[in-house]
Amino acid sequence: MNDFAQSVGTAVQLVIGGDADLVRIVWLSLAVSAIASVFATVLGLLTGAALAVWRFPGRSVWIVILNTLLALPSVVVGLVVYLLLSRAGPLGSLGILFTPPAMVIAQTLLVTPIVAALTRQAIEDALRDHGEQLRSLGARPLQCAFIVAWDERIALLTIALVAFGRAVSEVGAVMMVGGNIAGVTRVMTTAIALETSKGDLPLALALGLVLLFVVLLLNVLIGSLRGWRIASEQRAGAAG
Amino acid sequence: MSAPLIELQSASVRFGAVTALRDVSFSLTRGDRVALVGANGSGKSTLLRAMHGLVPLAHGRRVLGEVHPLRIAMVFQRPFMLRLSALSNVTLGLMLQGMPRAQRRERAMRALDHVGLAAEATRAARALSAGQQQRLALARAWAVQPDVLLLDEPTASLDPSAKREVESLIAEFAAQGITVMMSSHNLGQVKRLSHRVLYLEHGRVLADLPTESFFNGPLPEEANLFLKGELPWG
Repeated sequence: MNDFAQSVGTAVQLVIGGDADLVRIVWLSLAVSAIASVFATVLGLLTGAALAVWRFPGRSVWIVILNTLLALPSVVVGLVVYLLLSRAGPLGSLGILFTPPAMVIAQTLLVTPIVAALTRQAIEDALRDHGEQLRSLGARPLQCAFIVAWDERIALLTIALVAFGRAVSEVGAVMMVGGNIAGVTRVMTTAIALETSKGDLPLALALGLVLLFVVLLLNVLIGSLRGWRIASEQRAGAAG
Repeated sequence: MSAPLIELQSASVRFGAVTALRDVSFSLTRGDRVALVGANGSGKSTLLRAMHGLVPLAHGRRVLGEVHPLRIAMVFQRPFMLRLSALSNVTLGLMLQGMPRAQRRERAMRALDHVGLAAEATRAARALSAGQQQRLALARAWAVQPDVLLLDEPTASLDPSAKREVESLIAEFAAQGITVMMSSHNLGQVKRLSHRVLYLEHGRVLADLPTESFFNGPLPEEANLFLKGELPWG
């Protein structure tokens, strides 16, 4: 218990003191996950909107596959990206294995299905409720999707934040394709795993605290967005 | 008699196992003021949507007349307003109709002014009252200068004062020469606004008569029961 309390104390000091290693790791984590989330949001929004709007043979199969990918294990993503980027792989010539870009690719693949599946559901529900009215105004199917996407922007922003939360907290994929190289590809989750195995609990705990704080911040943001939306809907309802 | 603007020929509409419209033949000509009456589920809304071309026909044909392009606007019982200002909700409709950007704002403001909502132009559309939102929907429809205005129970969820306002706007639009076709449960409103009444039951048109004949003349038994408020459930 004493060890634990001591470790927590040291961890807090590291966070407050802005330890250089800690800052570097946190910064790389946030940068990699933010870039991956931006890519995943763009790809996921387009895929989700397309699946919500277009009816084509095999669509339901694609939706089932997409929903299955929501539970995609991060180590599987890591393995696939590793195979693609390794020297013998089809993208081996890029030479980006064990670099931050490889980690961005892995995280993008991991969270794009989340954005796509949730976007499809949000847009499809909105189109079911309002699509006919939009079509009566002259909107074509894709225009309907863009209009409801804009109207549901808070829900979509929430989805993007969820994607970032998933990306920043995953460990398997970035460990496999990043290699956890100090100062190059070491991010919060891989560093926590390493430091714990080495027995350096203060740094692991400090990183854990920062990670928890980031996730907490995200949840506060999502909660605020939801609260703001509900309040504005209630104001509108009260006026009606 | 002038040529039809929109004509349905033996039209049927199905939603899965349910047949919402059965073998309906009907034509709408310029200047018509048609009211659709019938119990809930009789096919009034489906007929309006079929006239607009919003639902596919399982059988039959929808034929457009010689007016090209025929501008059709529709106002729903609960109009969908985007999380935008009242003005933007109207300009969006104009954008979707392909109106150049430079003209949209002026036309939209004119439409809002027309329905008495110019002062609310910058307010969030969803913050408007139900009556104001219905007037906004009418402004959005009027702004595109439609040849045909389809209205699906436009006053059903409004209080009496808002009902009167919306009703007078519909009458004004019809007086401007816009062809109006509306569904309504309000028989007084049907008398005031329409020249022609279609009575529907189970997706079929059982009577298509001038308004005066519908309320005073001989009717099929089902329509009589409906007017007396004695239509059995089912």
